[in-house]
Amino acid sequence: MKKSKKNGADDRLTKRLLRLQVNGETKEVATEVSKTLLEVLREDLGLTGTKHGCELGECGTCAVLVDGEPVLSCLMLGIEAENTEIVTVEGMTQNGKPHPLQKAFADLGAAQCGYCIPGILLTAKALLDEKPYPTRDEIRQALAGNLCRCTGYTKILQAVELAAKEIP
Amino acid sequence: MTRKKTLSVIGKPLRKVDAMAKCAGETVYADDLNLPRTIYAKLLRSPHPHARILGINAARALKLDGVFAVLTGEDLPQKFGIMPSTEDEEALAVDKVRYAGDPVAAVAAASETLAEKALGYIDVEYEVLKPILSIEEALASTEESQRIHTWNRRANVQKAVSLEFGDVEGGFAGSDHIFEGTYFYQGNTHLPMEQYCAVGFYGPDDKLTLWSSTQTPHYLHRALAKVLKLPASRIRVIATPVGGGFGGKSDPFSHEICVAKLSMITRRPVKITLSREETFYVHRGRHPVKMWAKTGVKSDGTIQAMQYKTFLDGGGYSSYGLASVYYTGALQTVTYKVPAYKFEGVRVFTNKPACGPKRGHGTPQPRFAEEIQMDEIAENLDIDPLELRLKQLVEANSVTINGLQISSCGLRECIEKVAERAEWKKKFRKLPFGHGIGFAASAYITGAGLPIYWNNMPHSGVQIKLDRSGGVTIFCGSSDIGQGSDSILVYAIAEEFGIDPADIRVVSADTDLTPVDLGSYSSRGTIMTGNATIQACGKLKPLLLEAASEALEVPADDLEFADGQVRSASLPSRGISFAECVVKAEGKHGTLGATGSYWPPKNPREFKGSGVGPTPAYTFSTAIVELHCDSETGEIKIDKVWIAHDCGKAFNPLLVEGQTEGSVYMALGEALMEEQIFRKNGLHKIPSILEYKSPTTLETPEIETILVETIDPEGPYGAKEAGQGPLLPVVPAVSNAVFDAIGVRIHEIPITPDKILRALEGRLKAVSIPQFEFPAPLKWQPGEGVKVEQKS
Repeated sequence: MKKSKKNGADDRLTKRLLRLQVNGETKEVATEVSKTLLEVLREDLGLTGTKHGCELGECGTCAVLVDGEPVLSCLMLGIEAENTEIVTVEGMTQNGKPHPLQKAFADLGAAQCGYCIPGILLTAKALLDEKPYPTRDEIRQALAGNLCRCTGYTKILQAVELAAKEIP
Repeated sequence: MTRKKTLSVIGKPLRKVDAMAKCAGETVYADDLNLPRTIYAKLLRSPHPHARILGINAARALKLDGVFAVLTGEDLPQKFGIMPSTEDEEALAVDKVRYAGDPVAAVAAASETLAEKALGYIDVEYEVLKPILSIEEALASTEESQRIHTWNRRANVQKAVSLEFGDVEGGFAGSDHIFEGTYFYQGNTHLPMEQYCAVGFYGPDDKLTLWSSTQTPHYLHRALAKVLKLPASRIRVIATPVGGGFGGKSDPFSHEICVAKLSMITRRPVKITLSREETFYVHRGRHPVKMWAKTGVKSDGTIQAMQYKTFLDGGGYSSYGLASVYYTGALQTVTYKVPAYKFEGVRVFTNKPACGPKRGHGTPQPRFAEEIQMDEIAENLDIDPLELRLKQLVEANSVTINGLQISSCGLRECIEKVAERAEWKKKFRKLPFGHGIGFAASAYITGAGLPIYWNNMPHSGVQIKLDRSGGVTIFCGSSDIGQGSDSILVYAIAEEFGIDPADIRVVSADTDLTPVDLGSYSSRGTIMTGNATIQACGKLKPLLLEAASEALEVPADDLEFADGQVRSASLPSRGISFAECVVKAEGKHGTLGATGSYWPPKNPREFKGSGVGPTPAYTFSTAIVELHCDSETGEIKIDKVWIAHDCGKAFNPLLVEGQTEGSVYMALGEALMEEQIFRKNGLHKIPSILEYKSPTTLETPEIETILVETIDPEGPYGAKEAGQGPLLPVVPAVSNAVFDAIGVRIHEIPITPDKILRALEGRLKAVSIPQFEFPAPLKWQPGEGVKVEQKS
């Protein structure tokens, strides 16, 4: 009989059970402790709304909220995110209703290719949660770590301002 | 039925059809695909910029537990490339590598980590060769032994061209002033936020499916068939939503071919996602171009003759280079009346990642030279730079000296409007030292007049299916790269049938399901797919009207499609719903569907190289940049950019503005900071986002967009392009504004602080121009202009 492939796996168990709070749900997942939060979200939890642009913390694409703060999920280990509240773009839609930011981005054409948008939406959400009526400069500062190559940021800044007006 | 005079969908700021999915994180990009039993691929890349491969041994890698297959060059020896006459790429280098990063082997393994590990177990023996890293070195290395490729006629010259139109010698002889200058436009890269990704699956039915983040699924389809030696009929290419293209995802690539081949061997889905570093090596970005420009003018500033020499650093492969070199000479004549024009261009091979098409493809570089030179002419002759241009603009329904047919032209309005909004007259040469304002204008194509490979088939095809529910589905090969090509199809149908865009579905960019569209390049999408869609709707309308006419007892010529109904135009209360009308028409005529096709107008030129430049319609853009330049530190801060763009009819003003703003942003990156640069040993100097500087929200200024609507006769509802043209004037406008601010001319980009300081100290040397003997010029004269009939 042909020897079965172990697919490079070590003889010892390499996975650990993680318990994560994602978008208000408790998720248990067996995963390698060396995996980044980005990898755990995308590969183990199937939450592919979170994108990656560099995996080196340089572009802001993979931003998610950890305890309300924007965090680059490519720079955090999944295991470090235990006992925190994680919000991904999938968690922005509540009870079937899109977040005002999502609506404003769609209405103003702020998402072109859309790839950087999940990270930008979450970073903007963190800003608005803390500061409901930010100035244009404060929005620029908050989003300075999120690169977008399509829009020239113009419609993104406008959409954040529009959403700020619409959040009750 | 007569055409409705008012438009109900076109021109409205509607959401894109995929907007909510993108904002909800639901859009499935290539790397979001997870097929059962997927295994993962990685490419081994050359560490040397130029080397012969003496041997590759993958035995050690293949023995690793979890490694399923390894490919090397001999598994895929068939050469390919986007341009049929310069196919010089190999999926994996066979006997030579031509840049640091050139792929030499591919591995498929159980995990990405394992595939990466396995790369270290592949033994490659190289004979390192001296790399050629500059245009000058390439032109000087004429010995056969110094060749990077063997197929081209002259060593390390990919293509040299020379074209002459009108009496150039006479034009210069009759000029009162001659202006000459040299310029350098540095290379830069697209930097899409989405890295390249592809998934291949060769199924049990002996059919191959390839999902890829590509702008050109049709050309990829052809390349796969050729290299894999499979019948094209058994290959399906699906372009996933592209997470940023800008031209960088328009070639068929090694990684796409390798995952397909690895799946043919393993019979499992094989996925590859390139790292950010690899994305810098794939490149195909803006060519570094050295330029010499000469313009002869009368003392009133009117142009008598213009001459250009361009030298393109092409990198290791041809890619689109054949077109790129012609594009550096094609559009200089499309803004001002130029009665005589000569252009010589050469593209060389160097041992760097291949350059290709980036937003504006080959035209931003000479436009940079032309618009700075116009500013210098104005300065020297003491004429306002805008006045200098206004007195000699090209006109609608005219033909340029190099035979390009201009249909609509809103250039004058673009100049006037941008000047008014920016308060040009109040500011020009009147702002304090360190504060400046600059202007430039440009023209661009709305789709290339010819396909990449010679054929007489349509450039764009659509198929429309009407459903008994009243829903409409459109099938089209175009790939949405964020510009909204899917939405364009929907808006056109909604306009034609008077129905809600929400009742229309799009199936796009799937070679099994959709008629061919050549791809998302050359700003061709809206004009070509839009016209094809209108044509298909036009075929269905008589069937619908006949059924509605019978049901309503209203003559067909009194019926209109509006508000979700087919109704009497004179008595609007008399109507039936669109869905009801479809049911009646299907009962009468059978299953309802139609196709639509689009061919660009015939190219009126007939010389070699004439395929580059013609288009269904030219767009025109003007930019005014206001900036501060610190003469102590050399730092530039852009205060504001005003951009006016003649977009024909704004199909959806939100999307047109978005394309325009994105173009301005990308231009500012090129003007101020972005550069694809290499070390003396040929390695990429900055292959990461942190080091490759691009503008963030902090460096991107306020952008004021002015849409100038000329209704173009060839465009669908009069629409022209918006995705590329507005990039062009911004870069030279920055340089012209720097001159206004601090009185120094910068003829090279990026305009970095060190260049400003050197210029202020008089230490910035003029750009050197290489010596090269161009071929004898091909001489040609145009005929008369032809008036184009309004199509829609």
